Amino acid sequence: MSFDIAIGLKRGDRSIACTIASEAKLVALTGPSGAGKTSMLDAIAGLLPPASGHIRIGDAVLFDSAQRINLPPEQRGAGYVFQDLRLFPHRRVQANLAYGMSQNSWISVDEVISLLDIENLLDRWPATLSGGEAKRVAIGRALLSGPRFLLLDEPLASLDPARGKEILRLVEQIRDELAIPILYVSHDASEVARLTDTVISVT
Amino acid sequence: MSFLTTTEWAILGLSLKVSLVAIALTLPVAYALAWLLARRRFPGRMLLDALVHLPLVVPPVVTGWLLLVLFGRQGPIGSVLQDWFGLSLTFRWQGAALAAAVMALPLMVRAMRLSIEAVDRKLVGAARSLGASRWRAFLTITLPLSLPGILAGAVLGFARSIGEFGATITFAANIPGETQTLPLAIYSGLQIPGMESEVTRLALLSIALSLLALLASEWLVRRSQGSRAHVL
Repeated sequence: MSFDIAIGLKRGDRSIACTIASEAKLVALTGPSGAGKTSMLDAIAGLLPPASGHIRIGDAVLFDSAQRINLPPEQRGAGYVFQDLRLFPHRRVQANLAYGMSQNSWISVDEVISLLDIENLLDRWPATLSGGEAKRVAIGRALLSGPRFLLLDEPLASLDPARGKEILRLVEQIRDELAIPILYVSHDASEVARLTDTVISVT
Repeated sequence: MSFLTTTEWAILGLSLKVSLVAIALTLPVAYALAWLLARRRFPGRMLLDALVHLPLVVPPVVTGWLLLVLFGRQGPIGSVLQDWFGLSLTFRWQGAALAAAVMALPLMVRAMRLSIEAVDRKLVGAARSLGASRWRAFLTITLPLSLPGILAGAVLGFARSIGEFGATITFAANIPGETQTLPLAIYSGLQIPGMESEVTRLALLSIALSLLALLASEWLVRRSQGSRAHVL
C-alpha cells in the first residue's frame, strides 16, 4: 500500500481526523481553507505531532502511537513542497537545491535541473525569483533530497494560469516518470480531477 | 605613537584587553541564553529572563557587590576557583573582565534574542524535512540568519564594557596597570587638581573608541547583509 494513514490531530480546540488508505501513486487531499489540509501534511512530515493513529507510507512506519514509533522529520524521507515554499533566503538557488542532497539519492542534480528547467537560475538569490521560478526550485530541492514520497501543498497557489498549467504538467510528469507516491493538497476539485481518481476530502 | 603617552597607551591597552576578553567569554553564553529565551518554553523561563536583565536595572555598585559575594575569596564560586585553579578574580584584570561581561550580558542577549526571533521557524522545519538534524538545522539556518544580531550584540556589549565603571570599581577596584580601565582613569584624574588636560585627553580617547565601535558595527552589519542586498 502506498499510503496507509489514519491520524487524529488537535489544532487549538479543534480536532481533525483523516484516513487515507490507497494504492494510487497520487492521492489528492481536498477541502475548504482552514480544514486542516496543511496540518495533515505537517503531521506526515513530522513537523506536527499527531494525537493518535498511524502513518505508513510504502513499507515504512513513520508514526504509530500504539507502538510508540515517532520518527523525527529528518528520518521520514518526505519531499515536502510547502505552500509558502520556504526557500532559504541566505543561500543561492544552487545551495538551496544542494541542501538536502544525499549520497543515496535516486535522482541526480542534472536530471532535476533538466526536468524543471532551472539551469539559468542556479546563481540567483531566492528573493529575485518569480513565483513560478521559486516553485520549480522548491520542487527541485525536495526531489534532490531523494524522498520516499512527495507532499505537495497547493502547488498552483499564487501562480498565473499559464504557469499553473506548467507546474501541473510537471506534477503529471513526476507522477508518471518517478516511482514515488505523491500526496497532493488542493482546495480546487477540478485541478485535482485532472491528476487522480483518488480524492480524500478533509472537512 | 606620540599623540598618546606611555601611560595612556597602557590604559587603552588594558581597556581593550578587558573588554575583548569579556565579550569573547560572553558571546557564546549570551547566544545560548538568547536562543533558550527565544525558542524554548520551560518552567522558570520568566525567572531566567529576569535574572539575565538584572544587571541592566540594578545599580552597578550592587552588581559589583554581588560579584564580590559570589566570586570573592570566601565566596561560593570564588573559593572554588581559588582552590581548584589557583585563580583569584578580585583586584585582577580578569575580575574587571568578569564585571564588564556581566554588565554587557543583558544588552547582548536582547540584541541576539530579537534576531533569533526574527528567523522564521518554518525555515527550520523545512531544513529538518530535507534531512537535517536539529543541530545541522541550527548551524545552517538559525545561526547564519541571526548573524546581524550577533554582530550588533557584540558591538553593543563591547561599547558597554569599555564604559563599565560601577561594578568594576566595586569588584576589581581601581588599580593602575591592573584594573584601571579608561573610565576609572578618568575618575581618578578628576580627583586630583591640575589633571584637567590628562582627563580631557582620556575623555576624547574614550569618545573616539566608542565612535569606532559604532562605525565598525554598521560596517559589519552591512557586510553581512551585503551579498544579498546587492541583488535585491
